[in-house]
Amino acid sequence: MMLELASDQGATLEERDLNTSPLAVRGLTVSYGQKPAVFSVDMTVQPDAMTAIIGPNGAGKSTLLKAALGIVKPLSGQVSVFGYPLEDQRARIAYVPQRASVDWDFPTRVIDVVLMGLSRQLGLLGRVRARHKARAMDCLHRVGMRDFADRQIGQLSGGQQQRVFLARALAQDADLYLLDEPFAGVDAATEKAIISVLKSLKQSHKTVVVVHHDLATVTDYFDHVFLINTHKVAEGPVAEAFTAENLQNAYGGRLATAQIDQISHVSG
Amino acid sequence: MLWDALTLQLGYNATLVAIGASLLGVSAGVTGTFLFLRKRALVSDAISHATLPGVCLAFMVMVLLGGDGRNLLALLAGSALSAWVGLLCLNWLTRHTRLAEDAAIGAVLSVFFGFGIVLLTIIQTMGMGRQAGLEGFLLGSTAGMLWADAVIIALGGAATLALVMLIRRPMTIVAFDPDYAAAQGMAVHRIDLAMMGLVMAVTVVGLKIVGLILIVAMLIIPPVTARFWSERAEHVVLLSGLAGGMSGYVGAALSAMAPNLPTGPIIVLLAFGLFLLSILFAPVRGVLAALLRHFRFQRRVHIRQGLLAMAQGQKIYEPLTRRLLQRAGLIRADGVATEAGKARAAKALRDEKRWEIVRADQAHEAVAALYNGLRDIETVLTPDQIAEIDRRIGAPKEVPA
Amino acid sequence: MSGAEFVPLSLTPMLIGTFAAIACALPGNFLVLRKQALIGDAISHVVLPGIVVAFLLTGTISTWPMMLGAAGAAILAVVMIEAVRRLGQIEAGAAMGVVFTTMFAGGVLLLEQTDTSTVHLDVEHALYGNLESLIWLDASGWASLLDPVALAGLPPELPRIAVTLIAVCLFIWVLWRPLKISTFDEGFARTMGIRTGALSLALVITAAVAAVAAFDAVGSIIVIAMFICPPAAARMMTNRLEVQIGWSVLFATLSAILGYVLAGYGPLWLGAADAVSAAGMIATVSGVTLAVCAVLGPCRHRVGAQTSA
Repeated sequence: MMLELASDQGATLEERDLNTSPLAVRGLTVSYGQKPAVFSVDMTVQPDAMTAIIGPNGAGKSTLLKAALGIVKPLSGQVSVFGYPLEDQRARIAYVPQRASVDWDFPTRVIDVVLMGLSRQLGLLGRVRARHKARAMDCLHRVGMRDFADRQIGQLSGGQQQRVFLARALAQDADLYLLDEPFAGVDAATEKAIISVLKSLKQSHKTVVVVHHDLATVTDYFDHVFLINTHKVAEGPVAEAFTAENLQNAYGGRLATAQIDQISHVSG
Repeated sequence: MLWDALTLQLGYNATLVAIGASLLGVSAGVTGTFLFLRKRALVSDAISHATLPGVCLAFMVMVLLGGDGRNLLALLAGSALSAWVGLLCLNWLTRHTRLAEDAAIGAVLSVFFGFGIVLLTIIQTMGMGRQAGLEGFLLGSTAGMLWADAVIIALGGAATLALVMLIRRPMTIVAFDPDYAAAQGMAVHRIDLAMMGLVMAVTVVGLKIVGLILIVAMLIIPPVTARFWSERAEHVVLLSGLAGGMSGYVGAALSAMAPNLPTGPIIVLLAFGLFLLSILFAPVRGVLAALLRHFRFQRRVHIRQGLLAMAQGQKIYEPLTRRLLQRAGLIRADGVATEAGKARAAKALRDEKRWEIVRADQAHEAVAALYNGLRDIETVLTPDQIAEIDRRIGAPKEVPA
Repeated sequence: MSGAEFVPLSLTPMLIGTFAAIACALPGNFLVLRKQALIGDAISHVVLPGIVVAFLLTGTISTWPMMLGAAGAAILAVVMIEAVRRLGQIEAGAAMGVVFTTMFAGGVLLLEQTDTSTVHLDVEHALYGNLESLIWLDASGWASLLDPVALAGLPPELPRIAVTLIAVCLFIWVLWRPLKISTFDEGFARTMGIRTGALSLALVITAAVAAVAAFDAVGSIIVIAMFICPPAAARMMTNRLEVQIGWSVLFATLSAILGYVLAGYGPLWLGAADAVSAAGMIATVSGVTLAVCAVLGPCRHRVGAQTSA
């Protein structure tokens, strides 16, 4: 536990994390009404790696991400991005929200959604030029959606919608990518396409954080895990932190013991 | 004078209007509750505005047939008919096109109202010279009301109320959980239509007293008011009826006192007064109660986090946390923990550790669900259970200074 | 019809009606997409109390106090709706219903309490406008458009609504990208650093300004038709926001001109002697447009994979 480590040296270690980590969260508490969804959470995301945030339903995974991005207002706590306040670093963050969070009936085409990722670059009145279009098409190509550029977004399948969201994030050309349940309800082909894009991001020294719900794929996909159940359960490299004990701690009795055994053998 | 008004001593008509307004208030409050719980409060706005063309058409038909067009019953029948057509348009738009309900409501209410205005101007030029007070239907007007009109309103209010009471159970179930209702074999769509039919009845009965714009208030404000006082649907229905009835009765009585106190606005403003009291002072859902709760909660969160940080020898970054700890006498001005602070910090950390054991242990699953970072473990476990957990943790550790 | 008759009697009401319809339809597109269509309803109902209060405070019916009163009432209503919704945890529709009906009731009561019969301020006028009276008596024909003396006699409503329309266009043009992004995906918009709360308020205020300026032309209730019907009809014609805006402007213009013509000349064609309410007819035509699009529009149905988590 942390308390044994809590010496002066530990404190300086923490301060340094706060200064350099792509995303560092300290003492974050978010509450909907009287029930905290996230309680006093510290998180230090490792650079150039893929981190999974995992935990049971209602454990505060998405809330943690949204609070870190300033989408929901925390009750207390601090967030730093690459060592600076969030507001100064917006341009370096790309966010992929849950698919269900937007109105897919909105009158717009796939290409327009991807171009939204370029809007910081374009400013208020900047015209969309050929090179912007080319860039957006390139991002669509990377997620295998090039042929769908002129489709209305409502006509896409769930997996295709998710890929369009990822393409929009790619267009932002950020250093830190935050994805909220990108694999929820998508087909196998989409899952494969997304994970290969994410792995290529890692190779080009980007940091990727994913809210993830499928324990079976954690060891295949990710380098680091962050286990949460309202408060932090564990954090670290998959080999160290993704253990049966930590999972039991995070999921309590809700996860069948057999399932944990199976997974811990895999990660074993 | 006020006393005379409230005790119904201002003449037959005023008395009947007051009785009619109270009955109307009760039935509007009760009916509106189902609409509100179904999250379709503003459908009433579309229904009420859609009555206007019907009123005008009924008038024109009566005049063309040689009458003087003042028969209230016929006017109300016409208004019901066009409101029903408006409702069907609304339903069709939301079910068969991509329009959301709010846009459909706005479209129906404005177009029907606009068409009604066109008809009104036709009536103005029909050579009748007078409009039989049709404008009274916009804002309500009880002045010059006939005895027969008052009887119709009183009877209509009573009949509507009786109908609402008759089908209140299915309406409650549908409002609460339409999917469950459908699974139970209830015809959700038909019950919805019945609910809308009742809203329409209330609107039509209320046209003469409060007018088509303000009847919406009587369908919305009392339910919202009542919601602050109870979490149980049947109580909300009763309270809403009470609030509506009171506003109607007192409002009608007050307006009978003077000619420049129009009934509709007075009733609405009284209802709003009740709403204002409720939103501010209701014990659980009221604003004051919620604010107090929020500040208390925020304070607990900050102190708890501060104590845990102290126990782990971490620096406390948040100024608010430091301030709260200092005010509670747990740290000194320079940030160093006091004796009391150290003890509380050690306890907080220990509790956190205990919770961790509880949450990891399947045997404690029910208790673990109660964890929210703030709950004292003593409130959910017996001393024996805590002692057992403490054995598993081992001896208390020293808190680093 | 000759210019000598058309220009003084019909040109200005038609232009005012058209400008008002477009000024409302433009922000209406976003309100409809944001499922806030009924904000227009709420705003338009509180214009009346705003004007009454302005009249009571200043004692005159001059234009600017009334515009300010109406705009103030609209902003007050929006703030109150937000307060009731958040503080009382009341669903948005019900919160609107509470606020705008109460303010409307207050307006009617104040109106009845004061003797406004001497001035031209009555409920009916406020509710359904007076487009027909906005004529240009100084004009004698098309040539008057170049005549400074005649132009000075233009009804003041015309330049006012024209300025409003330009302001609304500017607002939409400058903030197009943030408006579009935050309407589609608010969470994403915030991560881009767009201040969605402020933007949303700015949109509502723009709508309120348009409603107030359009109010004395078409009346407060019919403004709602202009907010909702052209954008809703336009939505059924296309799946692209840019194109939808274009359609909505077209439908707004069509409703205003056709509505005015039908109201002014329709009864004469049918052999009746007098015109009917132009504002009412404009709303009716916009409703017919919507109905046609709802039955025949190429994009009238919801399509594809709906959101299912």
